[in-house]
Parts: sequence; structure tokens; C-alpha cells
Amino acid sequence: MSSEAKHGKKLMTRRKEAEKPGPKAAPKPKIAVFKFASCDGCQLSLLDAEDELLAITGAVDIAYFPEASRAMLKGPYDIGLVEGSVTTHHDAQRIQEVRRQCKTLVTIGACATAGGIQALRNWKDVDEFIRVVYATPQFISTLKLSTPIAEHVPVDFELRGCPINKYQLVELITATLAGRKPNIPTNSVCMECKRKGNVCIAVARGIACLGPVTQAGCGALCPSFDRGCYGCYGPMESPNTSSLTKGLRVLGQTDDQIMRAFRGFNAWSWQFRRASEECEHK
Amino acid sequence: MSGSAARTIRVDTLARVEGEGAMLIKMAGERVSDVKLRIYEPPRFFEAFLRGRHFSEVPDIVARICGICPIAYQMSAVHAIERALGVHISPEVRMLRRLFYCGEWIESHALHVYMLHAPDFLGYEDAITMAKDHPEVVQRALRLKKIGNHLVTLLGGREIHPISAAVGGFYKVPAKNLLHELEEDLKWALDASVQTVRLTAGLEFPDFEQDYEFVALRNPSEYPFNEGRLVSNRGLDIDAAEYEDTFIEQHVKHSNALHSVIRGRGSYLVGPMARFNLNFDNLPEVARQAASDAHLKPPVKNPFRSIIVRSVELVFACAEALRICQEYEPPSQPRMEAPSRAGVGQAITEAPRGILYHRYAIDDKGLIVTAKIVPPTSQNQKRIEDDLREYAPRLAGWPLKDATWKCEQAIRNYDPCISCATHFLKLTVEQEEEK
Repeated sequence: MSSEAKHGKKLMTRRKEAEKPGPKAAPKPKIAVFKFASCDGCQLSLLDAEDELLAITGAVDIAYFPEASRAMLKGPYDIGLVEGSVTTHHDAQRIQEVRRQCKTLVTIGACATAGGIQALRNWKDVDEFIRVVYATPQFISTLKLSTPIAEHVPVDFELRGCPINKYQLVELITATLAGRKPNIPTNSVCMECKRKGNVCIAVARGIACLGPVTQAGCGALCPSFDRGCYGCYGPMESPNTSSLTKGLRVLGQTDDQIMRAFRGFNAWSWQFRRASEECEHK
Repeated sequence: MSGSAARTIRVDTLARVEGEGAMLIKMAGERVSDVKLRIYEPPRFFEAFLRGRHFSEVPDIVARICGICPIAYQMSAVHAIERALGVHISPEVRMLRRLFYCGEWIESHALHVYMLHAPDFLGYEDAITMAKDHPEVVQRALRLKKIGNHLVTLLGGREIHPISAAVGGFYKVPAKNLLHELEEDLKWALDASVQTVRLTAGLEFPDFEQDYEFVALRNPSEYPFNEGRLVSNRGLDIDAAEYEDTFIEQHVKHSNALHSVIRGRGSYLVGPMARFNLNFDNLPEVARQAASDAHLKPPVKNPFRSIIVRSVELVFACAEALRICQEYEPPSQPRMEAPSRAGVGQAITEAPRGILYHRYAIDDKGLIVTAKIVPPTSQNQKRIEDDLREYAPRLAGWPLKDATWKCEQAIRNYDPCISCATHFLKLTVEQEEEK
């Protein structure tokens, strides 16, 4: 206890200017984290990598990450992690500048990669949406569509998930620094269920599940919790959505339910968009 | 000393807060002419696109309002919907939901106390540079945070946007032994939290007290999470269903944000200080003792000292989680069936940053007709500006760089969560007449 108190006293002393370290001789790779329309969850994944965080910050310079630091260093950056979708004129311009500043640009999460849940506006009248939420609609400046980053600038890698898997993020950073391709599987959630030895909830219990068309990465969480996958990692590589739609109808799902299932956190990905619209137009 | 020289304290990108905001304070000498906490985070329209969704989808959707406090959104949603549908949860589910919330408070408070707020007091730009001088302190923070996240993951599958919360209960509940296995970690976390209180109590605080109206939930015998009357130190005592009669959102001229105020009274404060001041008697002995050792007793009126209060709440959350894990018996069924029937329900729960209000109207097919959500940060926003207006004059003689940092710290006293608030704040692209 007394050593703790002593330690506490030491910590309680404000850092003195003179103690600040001088400029480093060998520069580390610079990472920047940018936010667009999002919930902050994907960038929080970096801080949630509690076991790896200090190792990461030892290997790279977190040059721009406002959620974590008030030190904001100017670009260019070696890796830019972009969270969120583009929903305003200002952000549509800002992403161009972000792209110019980043040697490698990676989108993290469903908003940046597919437009996010806020892309549900894309099927509606956004002016009506504004009136629902805001009392003085003329003050709101927003675009009609919520769009993924890749619709605006070239993207070097898209990390899926709502939210992303923090281990995939660590793998992605490691691989990018090493100049290799990240080891991120693009197969379906079904594969993860099989590997975990889960009994298929759709087959055995008739629960509607998007697992067959959704990219792996979560560890088949929802089926492991006795519920159907809701597609938060977005479409797998070449998903057969029309086959799944037929299967869901056999399970007794209405077209309206199937449409809503595809219209989730990755609704604006073209595969899920097409699948939801097919049910809508029936 | 600076006479009446005009100056502007501004920060275009507020750091170590969740979401995107900016601060602008215009002063002439000690006279403050304008204070703006500007929110430029783009709106996402949750209340609009929730319409037409089935009530069972709501907990998953509203979680996405905030990556730091998704459980708060899930909890306010399920309780409001259960009220609309007349669903009564089992006592075991009730305890599990308290445990779920403990996990979120632990990870969120540990993040804020150590990684977002402490660096202000100690003169570091961030926790990463702080870790170079004090590795063991930052490692303690990370382990505490990890234990909170582990608890959430155990109950909800993952730390961000957990997938187990359901109307009526959970999709799946943990086996008894899984919670018992957490006990060792939670005992360590409890001890680490007590040390956290000791550390934060030793920081330096400006002498700055304000006369706040504190608003929080209150239960007869428990520190609040999911239920209770909404009370204040000025006589407020209402049910969640009366929330919208009492609180109004005001469009004030100096700001482009909608401010939540108490009808006829003005700004108020929600969050750890409000909960502590209104529920001190319901804290467990270990938390009351930690507070008392830190010479912290209600009412705490200095917002800079909220870092100690948050640490005391860490002690509470760890002690409560430990108690629940020790006493846990799984429910006979993970959730109650929820009927599809028309109804309206409101609920308030205590997010890490303060009360979170939800209201849903549901039709007879179980689809959402209207949704209303009032998050803690939009309620605190006016209070933050009021604090800055009172506090900034004291910094009149300070170098601009230091005054700016101090004002940022005053904002971070509230642990603001701007992504949450945005759906409810008035946004404009501001036409500032800056030269």
C-alpha cells in the first residue's frame, strides 16, 4: 500500500516540458485514423486490442488518432485507417485529401466498406428523414446517399465487419508493414460454424440465418448464441443470395422479412442490395 | 493583466472524445462573449429508419449508435419495448442485465479515466506517451478495461455491438461455471479500482464548483442501472413515461445544437457525478470507503473531480459484478416470449455517461411506428457550455496554448460521446465570420 501511495505520488506529478523526449532518429511508420459517419466502434477496436496495443505503438507512430490523442501530426501517412461512410459534401471532399495523404488506405468496418446502417436512407426520401429527426430541417446539410469510401477514392484493402474483428485489424497492420497480403478469409460464416462444431440452426431448428452468404470473421457468433446470423460482415465472395432467399421462404419467412434481413448493416453492398430489392419488388 | 484584449480559444478537432466536435470560446479580457461546443459529426437518422423495423431488430440496430456504449442502447431499447408489450423479465435475467452493464461501465470508465482524461491532469498528449513514463499504470488500465470487455464478451459474444441482448432476456445465457471463473479477475479488478480512486484523488484540481441540478435514476436499494425513478437534487421525481413532459429540447440562438433542458429551469447534469450525489447511500461499503478515503463526499460540485467519481463507480461496478458472478443461477429460460401487440413504451437506463431515454410506439404486427432517443451527451451539452462560460474567465491571463488545453479538459470532464448526441443535435455548416 505504501509503495502504491509512493507510486501514486510520482504519477501525480505533472510531466515537465524538459522531460519530453526529443525527436527520434529512426522514424517509425506513421498510422492515421480517420472518422466519417460512424459509431466509432471500429477505431475503438484498436484501443480494445489491450494485449497488443503497446506492442503496436512500439512498432508504429500513431500520428493522427483524435479519439486517443490530442497530438495530431501532419501527413503523409504510411497507413490510413478510414472508418465511416460519406454522407456530406464536406466529407466527400475530405476523403480526397485523406487519400492523397495516405500511402496505403484501408477501410475499417461496414460503414466505410458498404455505407453502414445509415445507408438505409438510400431507399428513402432523406428530406423526410431530416424532418423526422430535426425540428429545423433547413439547418441540416447532408447527401441523399450514404456511400462507401471506395465509391469516392481507390481503396487498398477493405476490412469487413460491424464492428471489425480486432485480431483481423492487428493482422492487417502487421501484414501491411511487412509488405505481404493479410491473411483474412473470404469464405462464409457457415465454414466457421462447421469448424466450431455448431449444429446448423437453420437446418435443425428452422431459424432464419444469413450465414451462407455472409463473410466469415466474427467466429460464427450469432449461431453460437442460438440465433441466426444477421450479416454484419457483409457478403462473402460470390454469395448465392437468391438460393438463400428461396431457402428462407421455405423456412416460412415472408418477403418483407427477407428484405429487412438483407437491409441491415451492409444493406448497400451490391449483393445484399440486389437481394433485398428482389424481395421488395415481388 | 491582459486588459480587455480580445481572444478566441478554439479547437477544431476535439481529441480524446468519442465523435467529432469543435470548441470555440470568444473572450474580451474576462468577459466571455460566445461559447460554442460545435458538433460537426454527420447525422445518421436512426429514429427515422427504425420505423417499419420489427421490434426484435431494434436492440441490434440501436447498438450502432455508439461503439463505446452499445449495451446502454440495447438496455434502454429492450426495457422500453418490454414495457410497450407488457413483457416481464425473470429475476435472473434482471441480474444478468446488471452484470452486462457492469462490464460496459468497467471498460468505458477505465478507458476514460486512464486513457482519455488522466493525460490532461498529467500533461501528456495521450496514454501512449504516458505509458513511456508510467508503463505499469497504463498496463493496469489496459487490464481493467480488458476485464470489462471480457465480461461483455462472455455475455454478449463480443465487446463492441454484442449480439445476445433480446427483448425478454438474452438469446443465450452463460453456464454457471463460466461466471464463477471470472471471480479471480474481478477480485483483481476491484483492488485495481480502489487503487484507481487513490491515484485520481491525488491529482490536482482547479478550485471550480458549480450549482448543478443533478439528474439520475434512483432505486430504493441499489445503485442504478436499468430501473428506478428519475430524480434530481431539486425535487424532480418522475417515471420514465413522464420524461417528455419534463424535459424539452431547445433551440438556442448562440448554438446550432439542440439543448435538452428541464422545463422552466434550464441546464442539468447527468452521469457519474449525478449518480454518485443522488445514490451515495446505495453504493456498496467498499465503494463508500474508497470515496471516503479520497475525501470525496456528496454533493461533489467540481466537475474536474468527476474523474475520482468515475473511479469510485469503477469500484462499484467491479464489486457488483463480483457479487452477481458469485450468486449467479441461470434462468430456466433465456428469455420471455414477446407478443406482437400494439403499444407504447418508454425506458431510461444509466449509460456510462448518464441517462439514456428511449420511447417506441409499436403496431399490432410488431413493427416500429415511431422512435425517440435522447442520449446523455445531448443532455449534458448545454451544461458543458455553461461550465466553459463560467470557467474560461479564470484563464484570462493564461497563455493561449495552456488555456486551450484546460478548456478541452473541462469538456472531457463529461466524457462526451458526440456520435451518440449527433442524431439529436442540430447541425449546420456554420458561417463563422472569422477573419
